[in-house]
Amino acid sequence: MGNWVVNHWFSVLILVIWFGLNVFLFVQAFLQYETDDKYYYTREILGSALAWARASARCLNYNSMLILVPVCRNLLSFVRGTCSFCSRTLRKPLDHNLTFHKLVAYMICLLTAVHIIAHLFNFERYSRSRRATDGSLASVLSNLSHHGKEGDAWLNPIHSPDTTLLYVTFTSIAGLTGVIITIALILMVTSAVEFIRKHYFEVFWYTHHLFIIYIIGLVIHGVGGIVRGQTKKSMEESHPHECAESFEKWDDPDHHCRHPQFEGHFPQSWEWILAPCILYAFERILRFYRSRQKVVITKVIMHPSKVLELQMKKRGFSMEVGQYVFVNCPSISFLEWHPFTLTSAPEEDFFSIHVRVAGDWTEKLIKAFEQQKLPLPRIEVDGPFGTVSEDVFQYEVAMLIGAGIGVTPFASILKSIWYKFQRADHKLKTQKIYFYWICRETGAFAWFNDLLNSLEKEMEELGKVGFLNYRLFLTGWDSNIVGHAAINFDKATDILTGLKQKTSFGRPMWDNEFSTIATAHPKSVVGVFLCGPQGLAKSLRKCCQRHSSLDPRKVQFYFNKENF
Amino acid sequence: MGQIEWAMWANEQALASGLILVAGGIVATAGRFTQWYFGTYAIAAGVLVCLLEYPRGSRAKGSTLERCGQRYLTAVLKLLGPLSRNYYFRAALHLALSVPAGFLLATILGTVCLVIASIIYLLAAVRGEQWTPIEPRPKERPQVGGTIKQPPSNPPPRPPVEARKKPGEEDATPAGGPPGGPRVNPIPVTDEVV
Repeated sequence: MGNWVVNHWFSVLILVIWFGLNVFLFVQAFLQYETDDKYYYTREILGSALAWARASARCLNYNSMLILVPVCRNLLSFVRGTCSFCSRTLRKPLDHNLTFHKLVAYMICLLTAVHIIAHLFNFERYSRSRRATDGSLASVLSNLSHHGKEGDAWLNPIHSPDTTLLYVTFTSIAGLTGVIITIALILMVTSAVEFIRKHYFEVFWYTHHLFIIYIIGLVIHGVGGIVRGQTKKSMEESHPHECAESFEKWDDPDHHCRHPQFEGHFPQSWEWILAPCILYAFERILRFYRSRQKVVITKVIMHPSKVLELQMKKRGFSMEVGQYVFVNCPSISFLEWHPFTLTSAPEEDFFSIHVRVAGDWTEKLIKAFEQQKLPLPRIEVDGPFGTVSEDVFQYEVAMLIGAGIGVTPFASILKSIWYKFQRADHKLKTQKIYFYWICRETGAFAWFNDLLNSLEKEMEELGKVGFLNYRLFLTGWDSNIVGHAAINFDKATDILTGLKQKTSFGRPMWDNEFSTIATAHPKSVVGVFLCGPQGLAKSLRKCCQRHSSLDPRKVQFYFNKENF
Repeated sequence: MGQIEWAMWANEQALASGLILVAGGIVATAGRFTQWYFGTYAIAAGVLVCLLEYPRGSRAKGSTLERCGQRYLTAVLKLLGPLSRNYYFRAALHLALSVPAGFLLATILGTVCLVIASIIYLLAAVRGEQWTPIEPRPKERPQVGGTIKQPPSNPPPRPPVEARKKPGEEDATPAGGPPGGPRVNPIPVTDEVV
């Protein structure tokens, strides 16, 4: 527990501040609408539901402002780059930007529910007091529009006792925009659940652009001024504390109280969301500008098991290890952008991605390049965008764990480390690397196999065999494979991969691995980097906490996970 | 677009609509709104929709993640046969269920969401999709290596030298045999292995 706090205190602080501001804004707006005399007569009809609706509205404005910021990935990359002097812990929240986006989205959903329920009560009460004939204050107030000579006198938006609530909702700006943006929100949420996002990415991508409707609707939502309070002038003439009891005598010209006059207030939502909207618009323009720049494909390589490698060049493109780019191929789909990790090292003069068949778009892309027709399909690239792998050189000892397709960022890291090592780069703090590669079968990653092969040879030549320690774990084994391995166990190279390091079968026993490393490096800071499934992340995180000593001078394991 | 299974999204949307219907219905009934009996209807319809949509169908390719505890409802749905498999039926059912809730403001949101789900189901049905239940997977074999920490340091015991057939084997015996050379057994031991 202690280790978790040390690693995450800044993220926790941000969350506490965010939640605290939510509570503060809610309570402040609630008290304002519950106690302010301006709304005395409004509360007479509506009760506390007014305050609940307005308080949740204010928090909705606040959260809608925040939700666009974590998805401005160019901006976040910029902040990460300029703050490279900051400690790791301070930059950690930047990695959790999508988590924060989801948290704010959940809060928006919750507040929307509160807001809608409160307004349902409000409308119901307005409707009842409009139809009431008991001569109470509420019914007198509701009938005000008939009495006022100026158009501003009315309080109750329902103008006639026969109007149905559905009619009022769909003919008022607030009601109509409210329904539309709630539908947009619901569609965005249902298409963004992990199941849909993972397996049918296009559904998520296109539907999520409904946020444009949400933002526009939110800005227009308050234009009608349907929430009304007493005007200042009217309060000076006939203050509710003096006049409320004598409401039967308002018609009387001799009585000192007049009918109260009401006004709506200007919409406030635009004040909150203007700045993030501008920021996001700028982000999209930047993405578009970067994507228009010409990308030259220098090499196309088809690897076994239908893996396509594209080596490309783009003017002004500079990357760091483990970063990813978004790729668009207009001839396949004009609007879709798909993320791919860069598999080349920054020291190389090109950048590359490895594409595997994982859905419609990737299949079409591979087919388009397989046909070898000139001219090659045009590719647009946006990025690169940073993830934690940039920090891998800052650790003395690095544990890199790649599961399945997650091995791709480590291609870039290993290549880069190798280049730095060859050039004896003194900025390289890394002394030792432990690399764990876990996959079902090596077929689709034969290209990574070759990379490890060449690294092995080069390390032997330089005589630095101990620098990189790697182990491959095949989880999709059967008795045949094991039989072969047993028979050939004294051969110098592994029969499956051709690597010097023998393949292990099944999953690694992490406790053993961690304790071995902790014993071998008792005073170091070990960075643990994972690109793989959630379940593995959980167990590794636990191991990190278990094997880090509480003494900050002794071995410390820091866990970092890549996420898309 | 060829590989998108629209029914999966329709399922999420319908489940959400069911919950929204229930929520709107509870508000209308508890607040005794005008025509609140539509609210009671919405609660019942919402519960029915949730029960029908809770078990996730299996994907055409690859494995599907089950929702927690959906096995029991899957069994019930399997009994319904074509009524649960066919998406035209689901589209029509959702459309029909949503109409009465459309008369009340508190439940109109649920109506619109359910109509959208119905449209997506119609699209899925037109593309020939069907609901197939997720069959329970055979239990994963337990990890045998959990208790093995170190390989054994001694080789397994061998029969004494006399019982061994090939004298050449003696030279290839790995180091670590019983110290002090092979033992002489007081009682002769015959090697039963051929």
